[in-house]
Amino acid sequence: MQPFESEVRQFVIDNFLFGESGDDLSLEDSLLEKGLIDSTGILEVVGFLQKTFGIKIEDHEIVPANLDSIHKIAAFVRQKLGDAGGQGNESK
Amino acid sequence: MCGICGVLSLGSNGTDARLIEKMIGTIRHRGPDESGIHCSGRIGLGHARLSIIDLCGGQQPMPNADGSLWISFNGEIYNYVELRKDLERQGHQFASHSDTEVILHLYEEEGEECVRHFNGQWAFAIWDSRKERLFLSRDRLGVRPLYYTWKDNCFVFGSEIKAILAYPGMSPEIDLIGIDQLFTIWCTLPPRTVFKGIEELPPASCLTVEDGRVRRWTYWKLDYGVGYENWAEEECATKLLASLTEATRIRLRSDVPVGAYLSGGLDSTIVTSIIRGFTDTPLKTFSISFENAEFDERKFQNEAVQFLNTDHHEIRISGQDIAEVFPEVVWHAEKPLLRSAPAPLYLLSKLVREQSYKVVLSGEGADEILGGYDIYKEAKIRRFWAAQPESRIRPFLLKRLYPYLNNLHSQPVAYLKAFFHVNPVDLRDFLFSHLPRWELTARIKALFSEDVRSAIGSYSVLEEIRDSLPPGFAKWDHFAQAQYLETSYLFPGYILSSQGDRVGMAHSIEGRFPFLDHRVVELAVRIQPTLKMRVLNEKYILKRAAGNLVPAGVRTRKKQPYRAPDIESFFASGKPREAYVQELLEPERLRRNGMFNSNAVGKLCEKVRSGAAMGVKDNMALTAILSTQLWIEEFINTPGHRSFGQRGSHHATI
Repeated sequence: MQPFESEVRQFVIDNFLFGESGDDLSLEDSLLEKGLIDSTGILEVVGFLQKTFGIKIEDHEIVPANLDSIHKIAAFVRQKLGDAGGQGNESK
Repeated sequence: MCGICGVLSLGSNGTDARLIEKMIGTIRHRGPDESGIHCSGRIGLGHARLSIIDLCGGQQPMPNADGSLWISFNGEIYNYVELRKDLERQGHQFASHSDTEVILHLYEEEGEECVRHFNGQWAFAIWDSRKERLFLSRDRLGVRPLYYTWKDNCFVFGSEIKAILAYPGMSPEIDLIGIDQLFTIWCTLPPRTVFKGIEELPPASCLTVEDGRVRRWTYWKLDYGVGYENWAEEECATKLLASLTEATRIRLRSDVPVGAYLSGGLDSTIVTSIIRGFTDTPLKTFSISFENAEFDERKFQNEAVQFLNTDHHEIRISGQDIAEVFPEVVWHAEKPLLRSAPAPLYLLSKLVREQSYKVVLSGEGADEILGGYDIYKEAKIRRFWAAQPESRIRPFLLKRLYPYLNNLHSQPVAYLKAFFHVNPVDLRDFLFSHLPRWELTARIKALFSEDVRSAIGSYSVLEEIRDSLPPGFAKWDHFAQAQYLETSYLFPGYILSSQGDRVGMAHSIEGRFPFLDHRVVELAVRIQPTLKMRVLNEKYILKRAAGNLVPAGVRTRKKQPYRAPDIESFFASGKPREAYVQELLEPERLRRNGMFNSNAVGKLCEKVRSGAAMGVKDNMALTAILSTQLWIEEFINTPGHRSFGQRGSHHATI
């Protein structure tokens, strides 16, 4: 498992599964359909990503297409970090 | 208002007055003014009295003229004046001025069917010595409680489970199916309780023990199959107001002064306004305000107070206040709680008591019977959207839901859509309106220990509800279905109980609820759903009926249901506010009590300490764990010994 995936997975297990083994949680599972995220859970996910990976997430990016599985979240983070890196280089 | 208890022995032994005394002693908070016992042969009845009507007469247990009937009664029969006149015309002679005696005379006349004539809130037991019959009854909506069990060939009953646990040799056990139910729908399905083998008489039910057999029957039901009236708006509003006014009028019958709760909402304001119309004497009103602005409704309370010119008293609640009394509240509720909301009401009844009042009217029930809750709105929007799932506009209606939940509104519509997404299979589910709430609540069961989960197995309370819905339910419209579900389960099992009777009676305060007059309820059943919720305007017809009786600000405000802070009441800046919070969440204590997975609770606590826990589920989970741990300590581990929450003034021991 790639580093982002495992970090995100651990966050989901600790915060939404309360330490249940998470054996049946695959990287592709929809967090909404599995009922892991309640009506404010997504804000917790966003808070975690911003803090852990130092990225800024805009409102329009908070959509299931970006955040509804561990895979999607990890890909989204990679893309954000890539973007930020690119922008960072340009601004230098 | 009072407390009752009793024992019927089917064996050769008679009942022991000292035992009845001990049982009634556990619930003296319900009736501190007087207490009485009647023991004769196989029957023993106990009564703790809060004197409200006929202060000098009216002692209980009360016999009829020839002593063949004895009654122990908790509650009020508001139409006792009219019933008495009818009975006197039929030749009945009365020895007192109490409503209690009216029950006895009507029972003499009509037997068990007498309950159909009563307008009020009650739980009573009549011993009919000629027929050797014990007859129990409970009011239609479930305002007043009654529990029973069998032990050593004796039928044992009481207003609260504490009284039953005082019977010798009782060893209370947890009913895990009851716990599973409560951790899904916030209460148990009566007759089941969270105590194994101890049952609750369901609302609108009677029970007789005769010839060693128990018979239970229902004398009233909430039936949306009667059809809607074609009333025009104006006509309907007039009828509703007339009915509510009459219901309020007879609820002012009392020989002690009557006050009112003012929440700042429409329902309690209209009730208070109606009371003002009946009296020139100063009216005392009472309300809760919160230090945390998210929960506070003072602005509207003040508006109502100024408009109605009442002698107002308020109690301001902090998280610390809730933490301090929570163990007491669980002791009174006798079951786990998923919300801290009963605690401020417990403190409010204390305030009323300190003002030397015993009786308060409130607006309880209006949201259930007239469609006030957002859960009705949510179901309506979800169905509307599901009819055109591709619509880009319809999901934006979701923004209209739960305006008081700040976190929910911080999210983009894309996520609201995902949360409130309608699964086509659910659309056909009879429980459609309540599935989101119940499924969300059920998620906290992930914190149960392995043992508990395997004991519960594949049991599903939703299946049990689906199987027990009234005939014809399928044909009711969706609004009526949602109203039925709300009024039949959460309402008696939580709102009227943990948040009603128990926290009121803890300080000997009787609540009276004009919206629960069965004539108002039956009228509301016949009102078209479009008049209850006009598009998305909740309780529309009540707002019309209220007219000039309430200030415009209260009439047009956004609805905010009564809520209280949960996690922040138990933790401040990541630290437990009280020693018991720390103690009961320790892994060792969790393991010993066996209900929860200590690792899982540990993860939740970490989240709470870091300040990251903020969702509805986390708040519910923490409150549920703490209250369950308290409940186990207080009732299961050392029954009768209140190891926590010794702050209150009533230290009854079982």
